[in-house]
Amino acid sequence: MPLVKQGRITTDLFVHVADGAELPGDGAVLVTAERFLADPEALLRRAGKVGVIWPNNRNLDDLVPHLDRLATVALVFPTFRDGRAYSQARLLRERYGYDGELRATGQILRDQFVFMTRAGFDAFEVKKDADADAFAQTMKRYSVFYQPTGDGRITALNRRMQLRHSESAGQ
Amino acid sequence: MYAYDELDRTLINERVSEFRDQVKRRLSGELTEDEFKILRLQNGVYLQLHAYMFRVAIPYGTLSSKQLRRLAHVARRYDRGYGHFTTRQNIQFNWIKLAELPDALSDLAEVGIHAMQTSGNNMRNVTSDQWAGVAPGEIEDPRIWSELIRQHTTLHPEFSFLPRKFKIAITAAEHDRAAIKIHDIGLRLHKNADGETGFEVLVGGGLGRTPFIAKTIKPFVSGRDILSYIEAILRVYNQYGRRDNIYKARIKILVHELGIEKFAKEVEEEWKAMGDVGLTLDHAAIEEVRSRFSYPAYEKLPHMPDELKQAAHDPLFERWRKNSVSAHKVQGYSIVTLSLKPVGGPPGDATAEQMDAVADLADKYSFGEIRVGHEQNLALPHVAKRDLPPLFKALDRLGLATPNVNLVTDIIACPGLDYCSLANARSIPIAQELTRRFANHDTADLIGRLHINISGCINACGHHHVGHIGILGVEKNGEEFYQITIGGRADENAQLGTLIGPAVPYAEVADVIEDIVEAYLALRDRPEELFVDTVKRLGVEPIRERVYATR
Repeated sequence: MPLVKQGRITTDLFVHVADGAELPGDGAVLVTAERFLADPEALLRRAGKVGVIWPNNRNLDDLVPHLDRLATVALVFPTFRDGRAYSQARLLRERYGYDGELRATGQILRDQFVFMTRAGFDAFEVKKDADADAFAQTMKRYSVFYQPTGDGRITALNRRMQLRHSESAGQ
Repeated sequence: MYAYDELDRTLINERVSEFRDQVKRRLSGELTEDEFKILRLQNGVYLQLHAYMFRVAIPYGTLSSKQLRRLAHVARRYDRGYGHFTTRQNIQFNWIKLAELPDALSDLAEVGIHAMQTSGNNMRNVTSDQWAGVAPGEIEDPRIWSELIRQHTTLHPEFSFLPRKFKIAITAAEHDRAAIKIHDIGLRLHKNADGETGFEVLVGGGLGRTPFIAKTIKPFVSGRDILSYIEAILRVYNQYGRRDNIYKARIKILVHELGIEKFAKEVEEEWKAMGDVGLTLDHAAIEEVRSRFSYPAYEKLPHMPDELKQAAHDPLFERWRKNSVSAHKVQGYSIVTLSLKPVGGPPGDATAEQMDAVADLADKYSFGEIRVGHEQNLALPHVAKRDLPPLFKALDRLGLATPNVNLVTDIIACPGLDYCSLANARSIPIAQELTRRFANHDTADLIGRLHINISGCINACGHHHVGHIGILGVEKNGEEFYQITIGGRADENAQLGTLIGPAVPYAEVADVIEDIVEAYLALRDRPEELFVDTVKRLGVEPIRERVYATR
């Protein structure tokens, strides 16, 4: 499953460690929320970055205190029709100020890239190679956005008002 | 009319090319049918019994003549020469080919029409009063707010994969023509004690297998805060709405399970926690959208022109005028409803020729504007009263002057088993038979306002729960049966109908309806007492007794 980051297919440095499996001595690991919350300090003490896979039906409250020490948060799309993680992503970015890697995992198709990027995701475990290859192209699909989100893209309404302002200033 | 600018047009075109890519990937096999299903539904494409069905949005029911001509073109070029207007200000084409869909969308995009979010588990086409901007006594034109919300809900990055579909309707008039109480969010525009414009926000209405009338979640939300408040409702719903059972996934179930107080508290907390996220609509933002609505340059015309006085001698004209012509906020003008319910016809259908002709009449008599209402009729919103006589003649020739608006044959019906893969029973032939039974306009006038709504299955696309008489098709041992309810209504006093008796087979439905109407005529205490008021006064029992006594 290719990982797309910063717009390109890259090697995933994180090792997914299943619950109960032994942790590698060093290197970046990605663990479940349960495993992480069982002993966060122990995990954060070891050499190597830590990321957490946060389920989409779990409140973010237990995650928030650890955000500044996590290298990645992976949010889950069990199927692409289940959109709960979009809300979690926006809350992490826009309300809790999380600025580390925010990874989308699960059934990820190219048709979600724009939505996900707008919601704050910047890393994508893409299901199909062809979709991963098409990432950069897909991100160019839209140039107009109606809603303000934390991604900073200017909304259509604000563009119109700026235009109106500059027109009236030029008169 | 709202004039789309370069940005709106760009976005629609970008959506067309995205959809073109999705269709291409499906046809090449790169996308499975399961994957494609969700993607096509995001853009109004269903797979029906015989073919793909394509649903096109008519946001808040406003069309220009140019747009209507383009819908006629799509009907002719890509379909079988007609379209079906739905109960949510959409039009459906029933015989579209998948490979041609991107081209049809592209043709529509040229005139600012799209099919975004006309199906799927997202925020659907925002609907409003079909008389918006012309109805007397309106607080203000609700289309300004409808358009603001349309933009905000289009391709929303957080709420495009909700637990289930989500429908918003807005009214600004005392009489609710937008059926806001059967929507996921209903918005009633009003002014608070300080004279500020805002909304009563209702939530959790909906029909389907578990019908609910919406409840008020907040009596007043200022206009400037309406987008953030809607965002808060959606965020609570997106996270906590049920996803384990498609029949329990609508927001109405969440509201019901939590209770409106607890749900309101969750929303309030989320709303407070949101802070300023750029959703507050300041005066300039509202005015920016308002400025792009254009209004006709009305003439100063007499209240009662000579042309109208003369035409009053023609009884056919008079009958039509009394039935289909309504008061306009500007003196000398009228709102004219065009009945899409001819005797023996499928409710809500219009041929390409009729659409073209209505577009021409709109140019000639209604400043190029047409409206679509949830009762599946069209309206010309700005007709000078002096033009009513020639307009009547033209509409009559087109079969669009049936004087049955709001009467017993003005039936709302879903496509039913003739088209729909979900249906258990036929709807259209029941409607057609009823229009024949009540074809005598004098009888229909005598009966007065009476809404019959027909759905071919429990999904309730024909709004049977809120028909004054509701007819629901069910399947029993492989046969079509129909449950009949009475006393429902969809307006500001919205209420669900009550079952009148055991389900009846297809062949008996029209007889039972006739008996119900006869019972009403015998029981009403004066001719002005509407069917629905008689049911309210007496309850179901006296009518049940009369109808089922001999059955």
